[in-house]
Amino acid sequence: MQNLTLLDGQKFQITIMRLCHQLIENHDDFSNSVILGIQPRGIYLANRIAYELQQILPDAKILNGNLDITFFRDDFRRRESPLVPNTTKIDFIIEGKKVILVDDVLWTGRTIRSAMDAMLAFGRPQKVELLVLVDRRFSRHLPIEPDYIGIQVDSINSQKVLVSWKETDQEDKVILLSEKD
Amino acid sequence: MSDYSKGLSTKHLLGIKDLNERDIQLIFETADTFKDVLNRPIKKVPSLRDVTIANVFFENSTRTRLSFELAQKRLSADTINFAASSSSVSKGETLIDTVNNILAMKVDMIVIRHPYPGAGIFLSRKVNAQIVNAGDGAHEHPTQALLDAFSIREKYGDVAGKKIAIIGDILHSRVALSNILCLQKLGAEVMVCGPTTLIPKYIGSLGVKVEFDLLKALNWCDVANMLRIQLERQDIKYFPSLREYTMMYGLNKQILDSLDKEILIMHPGPINRGVEITSDVADSKQSIILDQVENGVAIRMAVLYLLAGQKP
Repeated sequence: MQNLTLLDGQKFQITIMRLCHQLIENHDDFSNSVILGIQPRGIYLANRIAYELQQILPDAKILNGNLDITFFRDDFRRRESPLVPNTTKIDFIIEGKKVILVDDVLWTGRTIRSAMDAMLAFGRPQKVELLVLVDRRFSRHLPIEPDYIGIQVDSINSQKVLVSWKETDQEDKVILLSEKD
Repeated sequence: MSDYSKGLSTKHLLGIKDLNERDIQLIFETADTFKDVLNRPIKKVPSLRDVTIANVFFENSTRTRLSFELAQKRLSADTINFAASSSSVSKGETLIDTVNNILAMKVDMIVIRHPYPGAGIFLSRKVNAQIVNAGDGAHEHPTQALLDAFSIREKYGDVAGKKIAIIGDILHSRVALSNILCLQKLGAEVMVCGPTTLIPKYIGSLGVKVEFDLLKALNWCDVANMLRIQLERQDIKYFPSLREYTMMYGLNKQILDSLDKEILIMHPGPINRGVEITSDVADSKQSIILDQVENGVAIRMAVLYLLAGQKP
């Protein structure tokens, strides 16, 4: 495996801050908006974004939840190993709110399709937006595009994009893994 | 959290005997998420939308059948129901023929209850479908044991180290055997209590304590699981009269209040009020009988989900 670092250190932090400011442009004080991090890896980005927004807007109430999509995936019974669910934690109402779905990497778009299904069990949002840290361009299986993008990456199917976080993996970093030939 | 990426170690759920501790914990953790789903405004997930399940019941059932059916519907599976009393079984069709005819209609999974011990195991060897045992004679009733242990875990946080007394008709009870196996795998201590005639002779070989005095058993345990007297399975008289049984082994408020601690009261249903348990105990706040029923749906969703998730 060959590793290529796409984003780390100060550039990583600047990217997060840019995403926060882009969100504020569209959502003002977040009184009518909620953030939903997609399990398992999107919740770290959602937590970071929610934390930074709270620093920028000390008076705002930033609502941040975790959404598990396991039961809504379209590859059930098509995988070798069964899917093990994570917890969904949404202790607010999304009916009539603007929902910002957050995930670390957008690739085929299938996760986001499942997430939209899973989210609808909690009510009918006024609007749904998508924020991702890494957009793997030109690899979509579904007509889904993000509203906020950290970085865009051109990659091939055999490559993997990994996002590691200070909280769990010691370091903020985006790396591109390629099979060595 | 342990590594669950391999899923369950078994293709069918025939009995607790085939499960290991990791399987049981995986079922519990999956049931936790389903319990969460059941408390949402929309209580349904689409996971099993391409799975067809037949509920084949050769014996009467209220809770188990409704609970399985609801679990299947919550998972968006297609279901068909079959009750032996209204079918061609009474015309002389064999079990394998009946099931193979059902499978010919493209069914993926069979939930079976049968009066003969081992009916599920027999079917799993003869037909090409996943089998879930919903009670086979006096042998096993795995989902009941799982939901009982899950309910104890919910109240106490953990099953390990707890003392559970199973009281009543142990001899004819499939719930007793499955419960003993399940609780022991999770590290609990188990005692059985009942009249000598209703305790199997070699039950000690399972590593359980045996007690013939109700009061001593209640003083020992943290949880009392009261079983029904299964008159329909008793071909001879095992005790002089129901009234005498109630006097010796019936749980009432006076006995419960005389204990120096609060114990949990469980019952797998159906309750014979006034026989093994009085109404004021069954409806008291120590009783978790209705929690058991509620948890039954989540546990059965978890079992069906984990079995169906295996690649066909």
